[in-house]
Amino acid sequence: MKETIMLVALTLFMIAIAILLYRVIMGPSMPDRAIALDTIGVNLISAIAIVSILLNTKAFLEAILILGILAFIGTIAFSKYIERGVIVERKGDN
Amino acid sequence: MTILANILIVFFISCGLLFIVVSAIGLYRLPDLYTRTHAASKSATLGVMCILLGVFFHFWLKEDHFNPGILLGILFLFITGPVGGHIMSRSSYLAGVKPWSGTVRDDLKEEVERMKKEQGL
Repeated sequence: MKETIMLVALTLFMIAIAILLYRVIMGPSMPDRAIALDTIGVNLISAIAIVSILLNTKAFLEAILILGILAFIGTIAFSKYIERGVIVERKGDN
Repeated sequence: MTILANILIVFFISCGLLFIVVSAIGLYRLPDLYTRTHAASKSATLGVMCILLGVFFHFWLKEDHFNPGILLGILFLFITGPVGGHIMSRSSYLAGVKPWSGTVRDDLKEEVERMKKEQGL
């Protein structure tokens, strides 16, 4: 029962990532692609959690936190690049 | 007791599954960037929080292993998911991405024009 639900969950994550990849490829503007990639990161986090239940191990649980932090930093850096054109500003640049 | 734990875990995981799939469909179908950000930031955040809660209950109740890292991950995603969506949609508005043609009201436009005029003077 529970194994079946985990396998169904993994299949649905795969379908969701395929739909989001459509948005990454066809998205009309750059922020669309960034948002779709951020949501793919969220899907990967949940897939890691489900896989760690399926394999019955605790070794992958640290990867959840690390992947969340990396997705957030990537989104922030990309939005700053879209707004200003630079990511890290130098002092006295303007 | 183990049946109750199983019901709790399966309920949380299927709830999160529903929210994540709905957010993916929303990113596919909604017409412009701002509505897509709305779908992605709220629904996906709630879905992943539900799934991580289910996994936390699985490791706590079935394996007897209390893992605070998952709770920290839930807290972090709860804080950063909406913030990421907000910053991305704000910067894309300032970069000039047009809203959907059916938009009836744009309160931010006057404010941005006033700010640009003040900075230009």
